[in-house]
Amino acid sequence: MQHTDVLVIGAGIVGAACAHALTQAGLSVRVIDARLGGATAAGMGHLVVMDDNPAELALSQTSLDLWHAWAPHMDAGCAFTACGTLWLAANDAELQAAHNKRSTLQAHGIACEMLDATALARAEPALRPGLAGALKVQGDSVVYAPRAAQWLLDQAAAQGHLIFEQAEATHIDGHTVTLRDGSQRSAGAIVLASGIQAPQLCPGLPLRPKKGHLVITDRYPGTVRHQLVELGYITSAHHSDGTSVAFNVQPRPTGQLLIGSSREFDTTDPAVNNAVMARMLQRALDYLPGLADLNAIRTWTGFRAATPDSLPLIGAHPEHPHLWLAVGHEGLGATTAPATAQLLAAQITGGTPAIDPTPYAPARFAGLNTP
Amino acid sequence: MHIVVNGAPLQVPAGTSVAAALAQQTPGTTRTSVTGEARAPLCGMGVCHECRVRIHGRTRLACQTVCTEGMSIHTDVGTAPGSATS
Repeated sequence: MQHTDVLVIGAGIVGAACAHALTQAGLSVRVIDARLGGATAAGMGHLVVMDDNPAELALSQTSLDLWHAWAPHMDAGCAFTACGTLWLAANDAELQAAHNKRSTLQAHGIACEMLDATALARAEPALRPGLAGALKVQGDSVVYAPRAAQWLLDQAAAQGHLIFEQAEATHIDGHTVTLRDGSQRSAGAIVLASGIQAPQLCPGLPLRPKKGHLVITDRYPGTVRHQLVELGYITSAHHSDGTSVAFNVQPRPTGQLLIGSSREFDTTDPAVNNAVMARMLQRALDYLPGLADLNAIRTWTGFRAATPDSLPLIGAHPEHPHLWLAVGHEGLGATTAPATAQLLAAQITGGTPAIDPTPYAPARFAGLNTP
Repeated sequence: MHIVVNGAPLQVPAGTSVAAALAQQTPGTTRTSVTGEARAPLCGMGVCHECRVRIHGRTRLACQTVCTEGMSIHTDVGTAPGSATS
């Protein structure tokens, strides 16, 4: 049996960031990934400061700082683009919400500014006339998350001790992980970062699949310049039940437009739901009427791993002393992977976390005692 | 029936798909990828979208489009920034 300090299960953006942070801390790390494909490959890769609650803000702000520190070193395939986010206010009530958001972000030193209706129309001429304004968050960015995950693993391998294996873990027992072929790997600590797949290895985790749809268009460079998100997203994104859609469009560096978003519980069917897709696209047309003339070339779905309180599970499993969790990032995994990794690595190595780990501690949920 | 491909006249039997018409011409490609590679029809059933061409100014799938008299086809979709809309 081959032994490393840590074994990370899952090489999505969160697992890759954890492997990176742990090797940076001087530990030897084995990463195993079954290539099942998760939220990293399906999502938008929008790096966005979210402020629904202080814990979400701390995790996303710390992560954005790390993303910006990494950006100059990432390869072109990572497609890091500091396009900023425009939070769109359709009416006076949403404009007030934008002002409130600005106050919160500025109080935390996050650069942002209000655009009035005229400035918004100048910034994004393709938007329909009559919007009330927008909050522009300059530091928000975009990345191609699957490539960024690979970049993190490459960095870890180049600078530290990292072994990668494509394999499926079928069982965790103490220090030992059993693979599909029956062989075993042992490590001082096991990090479970397999997103929506995690409950298969650790039953009882409070994770629910939250389905989402995306559409990508042909290349139309310059049509949209910032990631555009309706402020209504804030109220619709975290609804715990019911299907919802929200306008969310991202300009890719290729000139393509990535169009979202939808949220749907109680299904694990990966097929495109045409009714939901139609609602989502109609919502997009409400904001960008010109989309109707563009060609979509792909549609797909993915599943976010949602927790009951919409905060991830980062830290020690309360019942299994060698098992650490980094799961449940819902739609913010790409954004919050860096701070998640930093937080987890600090806890594993006995260091001092940069932010208070308490809000993310898995022990906040009862019922995590099932092995 | 007469069509025009990138400005050059071409005669095809009625019922010919645009993809089949393009295959009769050198180089038989439909567009250029983000990284500058030539692309040609692959799946032939409207799924892969490799056969995107411009027909009368709009992006269409060559394999899903039947030639009509006088149809003007351009295979330069995506060759330059903004070309998909031009």
